[in-house]
Amino acid sequence: MAEASDATRIAADARDRVRFEEEALALSDQVYRVARHIANSREDADELVQETYARAFRSWRSYQPGTNLRAWMLRILTNLNIDRGRRAQRTPPMQGLEANDYFLYDKLAESDNGLSDEDRVVERLSQDDIVSALSAVPHDFRDVIVLVDIGDFSYQDAAHILDIPIGTVMSRLHRGRRILKRELAESVLEEGS
Amino acid sequence: MMGHPDDPCAHCEEMMQPYLDHILSEEEMREAEGHLDECEWCRRRYRFEESLRVYVRQIVTEPMPAALKQKLAALRIPLD
Repeated sequence: MAEASDATRIAADARDRVRFEEEALALSDQVYRVARHIANSREDADELVQETYARAFRSWRSYQPGTNLRAWMLRILTNLNIDRGRRAQRTPPMQGLEANDYFLYDKLAESDNGLSDEDRVVERLSQDDIVSALSAVPHDFRDVIVLVDIGDFSYQDAAHILDIPIGTVMSRLHRGRRILKRELAESVLEEGS
Repeated sequence: MMGHPDDPCAHCEEMMQPYLDHILSEEEMREAEGHLDECEWCRRRYRFEESLRVYVRQIVTEPMPAALKQKLAALRIPLD
């Protein structure tokens, strides 16, 4: 009797684990999308995602079914990224171009005499401009932008993943988006000079 | 949210990010939309910010390498 119940338990355990692994793997594109820009390079992102999955598969029992698996995976990933040697950064001093939200638009629209469609204005930014501007954003700010604006996480989930208060998520997001736009504006200015 | 009685466009700019994040109160939302209805200058800038967010997201999203996907599947713990 005891043997039968042991066998049932082991079978149930195996089934739960397989289900967990399948659900985690189904999220891999979304995990990679965030990792790619939290890490400093494609190679780092690749390693980070593998380490994240290896750890998740080992500690699957600590995941509570029914909670947000994507956020749970990303919390592992951001912790591993910190373990990989990333240190807390000092908040960079505010620079002139971050003082408002409209500077980038004004710069881009300037040469079109303000007549072009806003959707077309953004297309003047190249892929290289955007990728390098994002990687130039200090990582404390970039992590929040990547989670919320690229990974589609809520403020609450981003706060949980990064283990910071929600107010910090909001202020870093606000400042981070302005830094991103400043970086983009600077690249536009450089190209125009 | 702090008001700018002398400069409604500056106040509207302050509300832009929270507006696009859908975190303004109903009253603030009405206030922002009321101003946007009347002010093309701000409306253009809001539209640009919205397009920029979509554009950045599209541009930076890279497909995951197929080889990495295979490596992840291989990390699964075999059944006993």
